[in-house]
Amino acid sequence: MTAPLYGLMAEFENPQDLVEAARRTREAGYTKIDAYSPYPIEALTEALDIHDRKLPAVVLGGGLLGGLCGYALCYWTSVMAYPLNVGGKPYHSAPAFIVPTFETTILFAAFAAVLGMLALNGLPMPYHPVFNAPRFALASRDRFFLCIEAKDPKFDHDETWAFLTKLGPRVVMDVEE
Amino acid sequence: MNDETPAPLAETARAARPGSPFLAPGYTFTTLTDKLASIALSRRTPKAWFFGAAVGFALTMMLLFAVTWLLFRGIGIWGVNQPVGWGFEIVNFVWWIGIGHAGTLISAILLLLRQPWRNSINRFAEAMTIFAVACAGLYPALHTGRPWLDYWLIPYPNTMGMWPNFRSPLIWDVFAVSTYATVSALFWYVGMIPDLATLRDRAKKLWAKILYGGLAMGWRGSARHWHRYETASLLLAGLATPLVLSVHTVVSFDFAAGIVPGWHATIFPPYFVAGAIYAGFAMVLTLAIPLRKIYGLQDFITLKHMDNMAKILLATGLIVGYGYVVEAFMAFYSGNTYERFMIWNRLHGPYKHMYWALLFCNLVGPQALWFRKVRRNVPALFVVAMIVSVGMWLERYIIVVVSLSRDFLPSSWGLYSGTIFDWMTYIGSIGLFIALLFLFIRILPMISIFEMRALLPEAKVSEEEP
Repeated sequence: MTAPLYGLMAEFENPQDLVEAARRTREAGYTKIDAYSPYPIEALTEALDIHDRKLPAVVLGGGLLGGLCGYALCYWTSVMAYPLNVGGKPYHSAPAFIVPTFETTILFAAFAAVLGMLALNGLPMPYHPVFNAPRFALASRDRFFLCIEAKDPKFDHDETWAFLTKLGPRVVMDVEE
Repeated sequence: MNDETPAPLAETARAARPGSPFLAPGYTFTTLTDKLASIALSRRTPKAWFFGAAVGFALTMMLLFAVTWLLFRGIGIWGVNQPVGWGFEIVNFVWWIGIGHAGTLISAILLLLRQPWRNSINRFAEAMTIFAVACAGLYPALHTGRPWLDYWLIPYPNTMGMWPNFRSPLIWDVFAVSTYATVSALFWYVGMIPDLATLRDRAKKLWAKILYGGLAMGWRGSARHWHRYETASLLLAGLATPLVLSVHTVVSFDFAAGIVPGWHATIFPPYFVAGAIYAGFAMVLTLAIPLRKIYGLQDFITLKHMDNMAKILLATGLIVGYGYVVEAFMAFYSGNTYERFMIWNRLHGPYKHMYWALLFCNLVGPQALWFRKVRRNVPALFVVAMIVSVGMWLERYIIVVVSLSRDFLPSSWGLYSGTIFDWMTYIGSIGLFIALLFLFIRILPMISIFEMRALLPEAKVSEEEP
């Protein structure tokens, strides 16, 4: 009894081969593909045509929210909740409120960047089928992997296997769900 | 290779070619990963590690003793009194915060400037930042006198119906330093996730797999993940850059907003920031020199790195020197009696030995770095870095103590000196710093493995179709 198939994984020896294989796989019409490498490769992002502009928007939102909250905190405490005359300075001392506002802007934006990155990447994810692939542990060391998922509309086990073999990988393997 | 000026963007790719001065030749993805991962995963710990950790641990015990006695007796055990109400504790706070700044400069500003040489030193420099900020944070917390009520610093709805005064630089400090500590820790942790995944995959022991596996959060090196990861790193660097400049600026406001001669100066924010980076790079060198020796990392932290750091040390040292000159000039040019007296008092008053020592340490000592021979001589560089660390501590001592000891009214003058408990707390905090740092280098990747892989010649992918 074998587990259902997640996809097919090809292992490559160097980044150049992986980028080339990723480009040809996408050009062949596969859509549910992903590549795994031990360090970020800019050309791979282009080869897989990855366009994701959500994160900068999330960070901008976080920063704006942080700035508003910071200023609101200063204003509300100093003007409404606890008006305190300090050396005759106005209750609404805008220049003095800039510093806490600035700090909360950075703080919220940084949290938005980190949590946004993790959430968009679906992390933490302790289990993922690709870890079932033998030798996948090398993806964090010195090997490069390309995976075509079984739910890709164009996926056909034997045909896709033959296609991946043509790309010149070191080995092609089944990945169980 | 001669790069006196920062490399333009196109140059950075070429820095990774064989013979790059930032990485010894002959490494591959495999050997580089194994060598760097083994530092944390190896069963064998270098003898020097035990020595360093023991020193750090012993000094931390001394810190705990001094703090316990402080909690028992109150801050009367310290030397602070009228008129010098700010002593060692504020000096040490500013000194430690300043040291932290180099880590953020290396990890954020040099990332934005695309300086590939930062890749091998950014991780432990960031760790240094976090531990330095932790040591810094101790001081104001203890200095409040009743540290168990320190949560009053945070604005929160309370039964007293009271709120902090947002017009005070002291509350700005609370916001700046706590934001700095939080963002630095986030940046540090996010930077480590891919390397933690490497350690997870290389670990043999169950506890190591669980520890690193948990911390790596299931990172699998997906191209989609890397894309967002790189975006997040750049954005964090862009956020950390103004943040780090703001932190020492706000610290300088603690002084500049006061009217005491020697504090009330508009040059303070840039002068403090330059001094912070200056002190921080001295500390990075102080740490990098023994670490590369103990762990045999000369292939990764090369003489070129030493050379570059020495140049930054020299440049920021000159900015600090300019700050001293401007302080003296403005005192003279303002025509203000008290300002003029402040400089005279520094040069000839009761603390003159410290001021002259400061001028020697911060102005004369680093001038040796003009010579390439000194910049590439590791022991000499270590000595210069130590001199600068001492000099920057003296600088804060002069600013804080000398200004307070003789202000406007001679009848309220008074002298200050640290007591044994001041010294124990200070040296103990250095011990805490050492202990945290040694724990870090033993269990976490102290050099960014994935960023080093990107420097390898084989990492290069040519853009054109073959």
